[in-house]
Amino acid sequence: MFRKIGFKLIVAVGLTALITIGVFAYFNIQSHSNSLLAEVERSANQLSETVKHSTRYDMLLNQRDRINKIINTIGQQPGIRDVRVLNKVGAIIYSSHAEDIGKMVDKKEESCYACHAANKPLERLPIKDRTRIFRTSPGSNRVMGIISPIYNEKSCYEADCHAHSKSQTVLGVLDVTISLEEVDKQIKNGEMEIVIFAITAIIVLSLLIGFFVKRWVDKPIKELLYATNQVGTGNLNYTIQNIRNDDMGVLARSFNNMTKKLSEARLQLFQSDKMASLGRLAAGVAHEINNPLTGVLTYSSFLLKRTQDNPELQEDLKVIVRETKRSREIVKSLLDFARQSVPKKNQANINEILANAISVVENQLSLNHIKLVKNLEPNLPDITVDANQIQQVYINLIVNASDAIGKDGGTITVSSSLLSLSPYGITHVKKAVCPKRHDLMDNEVKIGGMPSIKVKARSNGEEGFINLDPMYGKCRHQYGIEIDEKKEVQFACPQCGISLIEEGKKCPKCGSPVFYFEVTSNGMFEGCTKRGCDWQKWDAVDMSGKKDYIEVKISDTGCGISKEDLPKIFEPFYSTKGQKGTGLGLAVIWGIIDNHNGTINVESELDKGTSFTIRLPMQQIK
Amino acid sequence: MNKQFDILVIDDEQVIVDAVSKICAAEGLKVDSSINAADAILKIKKNVYKIIICDIMMPEVDGFQFLDEVVKNNIMSPVIMTTGFSTVENAVRSLYNGAIDFIPKPFTADELTNSVYRGLRYLDIQKSLAKYSSGNNDASIIYVPCPAKYYRLGYSSWASPENMGSILIGVTDLFLKTIDPIIEIDLLKIDDEIIQGNSCIQLKTRDGLNHSVLSPVSGRIIEKNEMLLSETSLVEKDPYFKGWFYRVIPSDSEYELKQLTPCSSDRL
Repeated sequence: MFRKIGFKLIVAVGLTALITIGVFAYFNIQSHSNSLLAEVERSANQLSETVKHSTRYDMLLNQRDRINKIINTIGQQPGIRDVRVLNKVGAIIYSSHAEDIGKMVDKKEESCYACHAANKPLERLPIKDRTRIFRTSPGSNRVMGIISPIYNEKSCYEADCHAHSKSQTVLGVLDVTISLEEVDKQIKNGEMEIVIFAITAIIVLSLLIGFFVKRWVDKPIKELLYATNQVGTGNLNYTIQNIRNDDMGVLARSFNNMTKKLSEARLQLFQSDKMASLGRLAAGVAHEINNPLTGVLTYSSFLLKRTQDNPELQEDLKVIVRETKRSREIVKSLLDFARQSVPKKNQANINEILANAISVVENQLSLNHIKLVKNLEPNLPDITVDANQIQQVYINLIVNASDAIGKDGGTITVSSSLLSLSPYGITHVKKAVCPKRHDLMDNEVKIGGMPSIKVKARSNGEEGFINLDPMYGKCRHQYGIEIDEKKEVQFACPQCGISLIEEGKKCPKCGSPVFYFEVTSNGMFEGCTKRGCDWQKWDAVDMSGKKDYIEVKISDTGCGISKEDLPKIFEPFYSTKGQKGTGLGLAVIWGIIDNHNGTINVESELDKGTSFTIRLPMQQIK
Repeated sequence: MNKQFDILVIDDEQVIVDAVSKICAAEGLKVDSSINAADAILKIKKNVYKIIICDIMMPEVDGFQFLDEVVKNNIMSPVIMTTGFSTVENAVRSLYNGAIDFIPKPFTADELTNSVYRGLRYLDIQKSLAKYSSGNNDASIIYVPCPAKYYRLGYSSWASPENMGSILIGVTDLFLKTIDPIIEIDLLKIDDEIIQGNSCIQLKTRDGLNHSVLSPVSGRIIEKNEMLLSETSLVEKDPYFKGWFYRVIPSDSEYELKQLTPCSSDRL
C-alpha cells in the first residue's frame, strides 16, 4: 500500500497543502489578533479620556464623593476590570474597588513601570508605551492596562482647594485595566476555524486525488498488469479493451500492437520451426528408408536382368522395380519439400498444382462421400509461383471445405479461370504514410482481412477517427465519428495532425474536398472525403493498366461461416474446429497469397456453403 | 597379395553388400566385401582391387576417412561412393576428395554396373597414362583435360562461369572416354531446377548402357544446347566448347564452385 503511486501522490499533495495552509493560517491569525488588540487599545484609551473628562469638573471643585461615584459606576461595566486614580507618590486615591483606596502602589508595579522604568519620572508618553498586556496571575485571562497621566493645568493650581502647587507637572495617573477574555476567545475561535478548514481541505484534496489516481492510473495499470501476465503465460490473443484517450491509452494501444506483432512473429517462428523439424524428419526418414529400398531395388533389378528368358517372371519383376523406383521418387520429393521450406518461385501451371493437390486429398474426400467437381480452364498459361506453397494453400482449402461438409456428403467445386481485371477493386494499399512520413496503417482495425488506413477526421466541431478501406475502390470505411452528410470533413494524420486534404481539388463526382496520402513506393492515393461517395484514384496503379489474373475458386456445400465470424477467419489462432484445428491454416494461407501479391476473398452463407476465391497476378508487381 | 579380387564392397548394411556382390559377380567380377571401413582399410593394404565401392554414412570409420586412407596409401583403385539422398552434399565433397563417382541410394543393378563399367575404363586409362608418363608427361594424348578456367565435379562434369553470372555445364573428355559413343542424349526442360550432385543428363551409349551425369552446380536451367539433340557427336568432338549442355542461373555459385576442383590444378 505504501509503495503505491496513488499513496505517494496523496502524501506529497497532502504535505504541500499542509505547508501552504499552515503558513497562510499563521499570518492570518497574527494579523487578525493584532487588529483586535489595536481596537481594544483604542477603546480603552477612549475610555480613560472619557473618565478624565467626566471627572475633571469634580476634581477642580475637589468633590471627592462624586468622583468616587463616577469611577465606581464606570468600573462596574462588563469587561472593565479596574479604574484607579493614583497620586504622585503612588497612593490610590480613587478606585472602582473601594478596598484598594489608600493603598500604595510600588513604582515597580505594572501600572507604573512604563514611566518609572528609567528611574526618573517621565512626563509625556505616547499611547503605545502607555498600554501593557499582562496576566494578574499565571493561568488567568490576559488583561490590558492603560495609564493616562493627569497633567497639571492652570485651573488646577488656581483652584480654591489649593491641593496642587504650580511647580508640579503630573498630578497623578488614571489607570484603567480591561479584561481581554473576550478578545482571546475570538482569537482562539479564529485559530480553531482555520485548523478545521486546513484539515478538511487536506482530506478532501487527498480523497479527490485518490479517486482520480485510481481512475486514471490504478485501473489502467491493473489492466495492463493483467494483460502482461496473460501474455506472459502465453495467451498472445489477449487484448486490452476499454482503451482511454490519454497516455495510458497510448500505452495500452502500443501494448496491444506489441502482442499482435509478437503473436505474428510466434506464428512465423512456429511455421518455420515446423518446416525445419519436418525437414530434419524427412531427411532422417529418407536415409533410413533408402537402405532397405536399395536392397529391394538392387535385388529386383538384378533378378530382372537374370531372368530375361522367363517373360512371366519378367512382368512381375518389372512391377517391383517400377514401384520401388516410385518409392525412390517419393523419398526424393520428400527431401525436395524439406529443402524448399525457403520459398522458391518457379514457372508452374496452376492446373497441375491443383491436380497434385487434389490427388493428395482425393481418397479422404471419397471416404467422406464428397463429390469433387473440377471445372478447370484448359489453356492456363504458366505463372511464377512457389508451387509447393500454392499447393499447400489449395490442399488446406480443400481440407477445410471437406471439414465444413462433414460426414454426410456434399460437393466441392474447384474451378480455375483466366481473368483480366483493372486494378480498381483488386489492388490494396499495403503501406501508407502522411506527407511527414508517419505511418497511417492501423493493424488493429482490419477491413476485408487487411490492415486499414487510419486518419483523424474533424467534422461539425467534433473529432474522431476514420478507418479507410485499404482496397482500392471498395470504400468499406469504418467511421468512428458521426459525420453530417452535408458538411465538409477535414482529414488529418493521427500522429502529427498534418492535413491530408488536397488544396484546391474537388471530387469530380460530388465536388467535395479530396483527401490524399502516399503509398510507399507506389505513388499517391486520392479519394473523396464525402461519406457515401466512392470516387478514388490511384494513378501509379491505374497507369499499369489491366492485369491478368489466374483465379481459382474452391466452393463447398458445407455449413458455412456466420457473418460475425467472417472477418476473423484470417486471424491467427482463430478456429471453429475446436480442438481439431490450430487456427493457423487460413492465416498461413493469407500470408502465402499476400507474398505472391495475390488476393483471397471469401463468401459464405450459413448452411449453404462457403467459397474461397484466390487470384494470383500473372505479372509480379514491382 | 594372397588373393586376386576385382572389387571391394564396403557398406554397414549386409543386404546391400550382398546385393552389390551378387550383381558384380554376375558380371564376372570377383568380389570381396567388408561391413566396416576399419577392416576394409586393412584389406586395401594387403590386396589390390580394381574398384572399391564404399558407403559414406557408416559408424566409427566413415566413407571420408576411408577415402583419406586410400589417397594416403597411394592406392590407384578408383573409389565409387554410395549414399542416401540426404548426404548429396557430402557426396560432392567425396568427389573433391578423390572419389571418381557416386551412386545415390537406392540404385538399380544397371546403375551400379554402369558406374562399375566406367570405373574399370577409368582404371585402364589411368594405367595407360602411367605407362606413357614414364616417357612423356602429356595426358592429352589419351584425353583432353578441361580448360584452365573451368571447374570439374570429380572427373565427370564441368562448370564454366560466364561474364553475365550464368554458368555453362558440360561433360569432360575423360568421362566420354570411359563410355561408348553416345547415341542419344536426354536433357531436362528449360526452367527446371538442377541440384549439385544430382543427375542432370542421361547419355545412352552404343553398348545400350544409360549413363547419368551429375550436375556440378545447383540452379535453374535457362538454356540448353539444342544442337546436341540433332548432332550427338558434337559432344565428343568438342566437349568443352560447342558441346556444352546447359546454361544455368546458379543459386549459390560462390559456395558451390568451392566444392569443385579447379581444372587449372590438373595442368601442374
